[in-house]
Amino acid sequence: MIAPDWFRDDRLPHIYCTGCGNGTIINCTLAGVEEMGWKRNETVFVSGIGCSSRAPGYILTDSLHTTHGRALAFATGVKMARPDLHVVVFTGDGDLAAIGGNHFIHACRRNVDMTVVCMNNHIYGMTGGQGSPTTPPGAISTTTPYGMSEPAFDLAELAVAAGANYVARWTSYHVKELTKAVVAGMQTPGLAFIEARTQCPTNYGRHNKLRSVPAMIEHLRSHAMLVAKRDRLVAEGKPVPEGTFTVGELVRRSRPAMGVQR
Amino acid sequence: MSRTEFMQGNAACAEGALAAGCRFFGGYPITPSTEIAETMARKLPKAGGVFISMEDELASIAAVIGAAWTGVRAMTATSGPGFSLMMENIGYAAMTETPCVVVNIQRGGPSTGQPTRAAQGDMLQCRFGSHGDYSTIALTPNSVQEMFDLTAKAFDLADRYRVPTFLMSDEIVGHMRERVTIPDAVEVERPRPLAEGALPFEAGDDGTPGFAPFGSGRAVHVTGLTHDERGYPDTTDPEAHDKLVRRLVAKIESARRDIADYEVVNPDAETVFVTYGPPSRTVEQVMRDRPDDSIGHLRLRVVWPFPEFALKVFPNARTFLMPELNMGQMVREVQRHVDQPVISIPKIGGELHTPAELVRVLEAYR
Ligand SMILES: Cc1ncc(C[n+]2csc(CCOP(=O)(O)OP(=O)(O)O)c2C)c(N)n1
Ligand code: SF4
Repeated sequence: MIAPDWFRDDRLPHIYCTGCGNGTIINCTLAGVEEMGWKRNETVFVSGIGCSSRAPGYILTDSLHTTHGRALAFATGVKMARPDLHVVVFTGDGDLAAIGGNHFIHACRRNVDMTVVCMNNHIYGMTGGQGSPTTPPGAISTTTPYGMSEPAFDLAELAVAAGANYVARWTSYHVKELTKAVVAGMQTPGLAFIEARTQCPTNYGRHNKLRSVPAMIEHLRSHAMLVAKRDRLVAEGKPVPEGTFTVGELVRRSRPAMGVQR
Repeated sequence: MSRTEFMQGNAACAEGALAAGCRFFGGYPITPSTEIAETMARKLPKAGGVFISMEDELASIAAVIGAAWTGVRAMTATSGPGFSLMMENIGYAAMTETPCVVVNIQRGGPSTGQPTRAAQGDMLQCRFGSHGDYSTIALTPNSVQEMFDLTAKAFDLADRYRVPTFLMSDEIVGHMRERVTIPDAVEVERPRPLAEGALPFEAGDDGTPGFAPFGSGRAVHVTGLTHDERGYPDTTDPEAHDKLVRRLVAKIESARRDIADYEVVNPDAETVFVTYGPPSRTVEQVMRDRPDDSIGHLRLRVVWPFPEFALKVFPNARTFLMPELNMGQMVREVQRHVDQPVISIPKIGGELHTPAELVRVLEAYR
């Protein structure tokens, strides 16, 4: 399921740390693009700033590596001006939800026809591991040395509430499911938001007793709970185990969308 | 066959953009620029273009840059506070050589200042407002006709030099109504296409690379990071940075004679007014009231890159007088280039200098 034709060989080696989950998510996304049969010259990758946002630079298409937080606004311009181009956005949790929070909700509200893949490593990775809007309460980061004291954003729920037509959440452990979600999102007209929780051994794991990559991935696996299972627990009045998060498809609908090619 | 209409400056700006083939507008409402967005909202869809009201000015300029990379002519219009918000992405447009047009209908600042009054307070911001070294082009209309003409021209300059280009107007010109002649067609100069085999950021002799818009199959990677001719990040090599940034500045600065656009009255004069934008109208009035060959006028329609050679058109000049609707911004640029005294005539608060005010200074320095 690797899509070698899509990589820029002359850009390697990449900047990602050993064990970083971003490569897995890029692979899943490109596998989705291949499954869709999209052509390289009809597909544009857009990103903001951060480790995750470096992804388009390794892909052999037209690509726009923009300013921190603004990827979705740039992507809106690309898509609205050329609805025949497929637009895929790579972003990080800080890029999307902190500095770019306003663009995030409005891109979902407009339901612009594009695919947004958020590599959520729960941290500002590129700047050295500061707390982000998705850092879990209590977690240690370079700016939360006594533990994160703020509540975390649930990015997928936010996208649902703001109006995106397709929303799913998986992790870097769930390679097959993530790829399928990317494809489903690409097939759905309107904005598809796919949150991919992932490991950042360097800046998250190191501070939070998850030093090894397998330990981080195992942590993601064991705390992920299928939406259906969570719903069943809730319906039965049973407690949802603490620290778990839902994975799966949160919404697939056909609200009016912008930038859909006619 | 052209048509003549009586219209507002902001409407003429929108008409100029449409005539020049602008097909994307992203904006956010702000006085006194809003009529540009409103006109575009009405007319762009009928012309096959896209109007989108973005969530803020950061998004507006971002969407404009994104659209520009698909090869359409794209613009946004704003005023001071919105212009300030755009600064980071204006630097991005300069670094990535994205052709786009930003209209600033200036109002009194700082901060939200005087939303409904005129000013020329952003003249240095449009040149130096974003971080780092770069160069841009700025045009300064003084009439409704020039709102049309210079907006159209801004797109050509943006395309030729692949640079964000500013129309630095103000509330007076934006809101005044005058007769405008609208030609049937405006000649349009598009960016030079990227030559077969050329790298996407490999510049020709003129310092500007050919353009390969998205979808043309050239797989261009566009980044605001310091990059090589392939467009790939190269952020730690001092030479790579030096080479790129010097080229970005030089491609504009070395073309200042080609970009320059100014009017000269009485080149033999000893006392010379230097103006841009609406203070030129008061100077014109003064000169109409007192026909006198010893008073000259240099009116700039392009202020950046600064055409310092235009000052040399006045060999007998003993004094330069510079009325501006700010506390003296462009006057520094004039002072840098001449040995004669340059007298600033600043005015803030939202009103144009009266002829009497200028005459008083004229008498004092003659
Ligand atoms: C306006 C602005 N503010 C701050 C930064 C510094 N900065 C670069 S990357 C980054 C955080 C990236 O975090 P995230 O989006 O979560 O991506 P990650 O690196 O974790 O993949 C920050 C704050 C910047 N480039 N621009
Ligand atoms: S800092 Fe974290 S997110 Fe960034 S490359 Fe390293 S592991 Fe990946």
